[in-house]
Amino acid sequence: MKFSVAVILTALLAFISGLFLPWWGIAITSLLTAVIIHQKAWKAMLSGFLGVFLLWAVLAFWTDMKNEGVLSKKIATLLPLGGNSILLIIVTGFIGGLVAGFAAMSGSYLRATPAK
Amino acid sequence: MLWAKQPYTGHRSIVSIKFLSSVIISLPMRTVPFLISAVATAGLVFVLNKQWGSIPPLGKFISPQHGFWQNAEPAGQSFNADLHFTDLKGKADVYFDERLVPHVFAENDEDLYFIQGYLHAKFRLFQMDLQTRAAAGRASEIAGKKAINFDKEQRRLGMVYAAENAMKELEKDPVSKTMFDAYTKGINAYIHSLKASQLPIEYKLLNLQPEEWTNLRTALLLKMMAKMLSSGTESDFANTNAQAVFTPDELKLLYPQTPDSLLPIVPKGTAFDAPGIVPVKPATADSLYLGKKEPVTFSEEDRPDIDNGSNNWVVAGSKTKSGAPILCNDPHLELSLPSIWYEMQLVSPTTNSYGVSLPGSPFIIIGFNDSIAWGVTNSQRDVKDYYEVKFKDRSKKEYWYNGEWKATTLKEEIIRVRGGKDVKDTVAYTVFGPVMFDETFSTRSTHKRNLAVRWVAHDASNEGMTFYKLNRAKNYDDYLSAISNFQCPGQNFVFASHSGDIALWQQGKFPARWERQGLYIMPGEDSSYLWQGFIPQAENPHSKNPERGYLQSANQRPADSTYPYFIPGSYITARGITIDNYLSGMTGITPEDMMKLQNNYFNTTAQDVREILLRYVKENELGEKEKQYLGIVKDWDLMASPDSKGQTLFTMWWGSLQESIYTDEFRQTKQNMKWPDAQTTLELLKKDTAMRFIDNIGTTQKETIEDVVTGSLKSMSAMIDSVSKQSGKEFSLEWYKRNRPGVYHIMDKGKKDLLPFARTNLHVGGAGDIVNAVKGSHGPSWRMIVQLTTPTEAYGVYPGGQSGNPGSKYYDNYLDYWVEGKYYKLWYMRDGDRTDKNVKWTMKFGR
Repeated sequence: MKFSVAVILTALLAFISGLFLPWWGIAITSLLTAVIIHQKAWKAMLSGFLGVFLLWAVLAFWTDMKNEGVLSKKIATLLPLGGNSILLIIVTGFIGGLVAGFAAMSGSYLRATPAK
Repeated sequence: MLWAKQPYTGHRSIVSIKFLSSVIISLPMRTVPFLISAVATAGLVFVLNKQWGSIPPLGKFISPQHGFWQNAEPAGQSFNADLHFTDLKGKADVYFDERLVPHVFAENDEDLYFIQGYLHAKFRLFQMDLQTRAAAGRASEIAGKKAINFDKEQRRLGMVYAAENAMKELEKDPVSKTMFDAYTKGINAYIHSLKASQLPIEYKLLNLQPEEWTNLRTALLLKMMAKMLSSGTESDFANTNAQAVFTPDELKLLYPQTPDSLLPIVPKGTAFDAPGIVPVKPATADSLYLGKKEPVTFSEEDRPDIDNGSNNWVVAGSKTKSGAPILCNDPHLELSLPSIWYEMQLVSPTTNSYGVSLPGSPFIIIGFNDSIAWGVTNSQRDVKDYYEVKFKDRSKKEYWYNGEWKATTLKEEIIRVRGGKDVKDTVAYTVFGPVMFDETFSTRSTHKRNLAVRWVAHDASNEGMTFYKLNRAKNYDDYLSAISNFQCPGQNFVFASHSGDIALWQQGKFPARWERQGLYIMPGEDSSYLWQGFIPQAENPHSKNPERGYLQSANQRPADSTYPYFIPGSYITARGITIDNYLSGMTGITPEDMMKLQNNYFNTTAQDVREILLRYVKENELGEKEKQYLGIVKDWDLMASPDSKGQTLFTMWWGSLQESIYTDEFRQTKQNMKWPDAQTTLELLKKDTAMRFIDNIGTTQKETIEDVVTGSLKSMSAMIDSVSKQSGKEFSLEWYKRNRPGVYHIMDKGKKDLLPFARTNLHVGGAGDIVNAVKGSHGPSWRMIVQLTTPTEAYGVYPGGQSGNPGSKYYDNYLDYWVEGKYYKLWYMRDGDRTDKNVKWTMKFGR
């Protein structure tokens, strides 16, 4: 339960930050989420990762659908991901997730009492 | 990666961190793991926020709320908007049709050009920014050190100097200043409204910011056009090298001024007045200039394509089905995505013009209004010369002129280089112009010669106002007064009016040269070799309402040899012949006929050359394959169509023949030389199949025309074999596979780094000397046909789309139409059409 709430809150705060802050705002909000909803480090990391992974992948997927794949095919060729839009969407989510995961882990440690 | 290394920074540092952390023991956390993960996070952000070589900052680039995903324009995007700017004087509405062509209705001219600037920026900001930075010699700021020589050359050619002179001129005239100011404000209004996430995708790829627009940048863009069209039309270095090798007679044979088969712009037989100015050849010319045999080792870094040509023609009502004139134009340029052109209609109380505009400049450049239509092709005239100057010493502070040391003006240039140190360069300005080549700058050598460049584009002028006036011209007199101050690049302005007049003027500021002046590098130690004046404007080649009922220009020499001036240039003869031949035989012409002609593939040169090839080839000496190739050429319909094998084999055979004729002679020097053009060679062969260059001067025997024609077919066949052996694939003979038509992204000069933004392998035919002049990535950049009936009936298409955004479906949506030779009917919107179903979106502008 706590885990899913953390995932949702991570995604929500990350989305709001994206409206006002540069892209790395997701690191701040994911850390914050992990401080508010305290979990063990690996759990915090996973929920942070999932939260932004899902947010970014869903946003990318939604954008791509409306765009009818015009741009994603080009970028997926350029990056290079063999022109595969789905792969590009996954990579998008993964990069955001990675930053958020590490930030959330930091947040977990920031509040942690030594767990023995 | 940086972040992965952090946990292992060594024992001692962890100990010291532990020590530090003991200071903040009150915090309930595990300090060490926190610090490690925090540093890892920060490192990750750092790595993903930084440009690595050509890789954009990945985090920033890929974030769906900031990066490239933001440029993925929804297919159903609405372009409706309600915009307010304090710089506007009144209200204006912009109606977009389904092709995203804006029809701008403004209450006054200032608002009209403000909005044109705004729309150019909204749809094409990156190309305007890139082109004007490059024009100013600032490409290294974007591309890094590989562009340093390009930048030096731009500055040494005096591009900024030329633009500054032009800007002073355009700001002198109050009307002009008002219009250019309004245009600049419109661009900046858009730039200021941009959020980082809305930047065009190229800025995100390059991690770059757009720059404020200024009138100087508009002037720079026009100078970029001037360079494109009037800087590569001289061959002074190549000619100088040829002069070092060939005798004066040979030079005249190899590089004749007037081709025999020329069908000029001014119909043959037109009488010319006695010249208003007769330049005098300096007394020393024979010894110091024409007799000089010193080759030059310099070469230009960025030489414009010689095929930056175009077609335009006009037929009078006497030759059309409707009885109204039809005007046609297709400018041939390096094609790019986004396209160099942006289509629009501009309406105010003083104008109602439709056509294509150049993002970075106000006004409609090629198009029509209520009363007239106009178009342009390049004059190909030589308006740039080099003078050899002598500096007193390496400081370049003084040069020898008219018997004394004269001070130069030194201009310090600082080139900023992305990812590198600034590069300094000093350019000396003389009475001739800037010293472009000297011991501190050459792209190939360190030859100690100093060459100053005199170029008409340096002179103060206001070309933009020609278009302002054309947009408002009502008749022939207005047209003539609009174009008569146009200086550089020299253009062939074609004209037709609803009242039935047709005309064609070659307009520009052209030096009046004595015979052979400026073909070679000229002595620059006194004033005797300076240009003595310019051809009076009224004497520029022109024709109005000729009896034959049509006029055409296709980059050929504008007049026959009776024109009383010496006018060298890089002319192309064959296309004009093809067009003239078709037009002279046509009657009852319709716009559809003109579409067919613009897309015509007939190879006029091949018609004559093939006759020679077939007559002299020794069939009995040919092998099986060679006979097969010969058969294909024999049966060829002379069309350079996409799947034509004949066009491929003919082109290769003809190329190989020219090689076997000239390689031996041209091997006499290592320096750059220009081979005689195909037209010259063809005419030489037609006149004399025993002409001297056929013999290979490297062999003892005497080669005949039969030998070289047969030999060149054999070597072509051998080349095909070796290419297919090397690649392991069969050599495809279809012409489009050899010509490789494609349109590349504007910043991808190497045609390899941004291929996903390009369109390649296009199924079109053509060649530089074919009416449909597609040559690789070069060709008809806008095809327009205007029939001056009431109402005007106009058609057009360009190989691109209205949006510069590769993430928009409007990025390249015209391209398939262009490939197929199809046209859009241009919607010349009227005031009463504001609620017409053609209006898809409306953008409202107000204060």
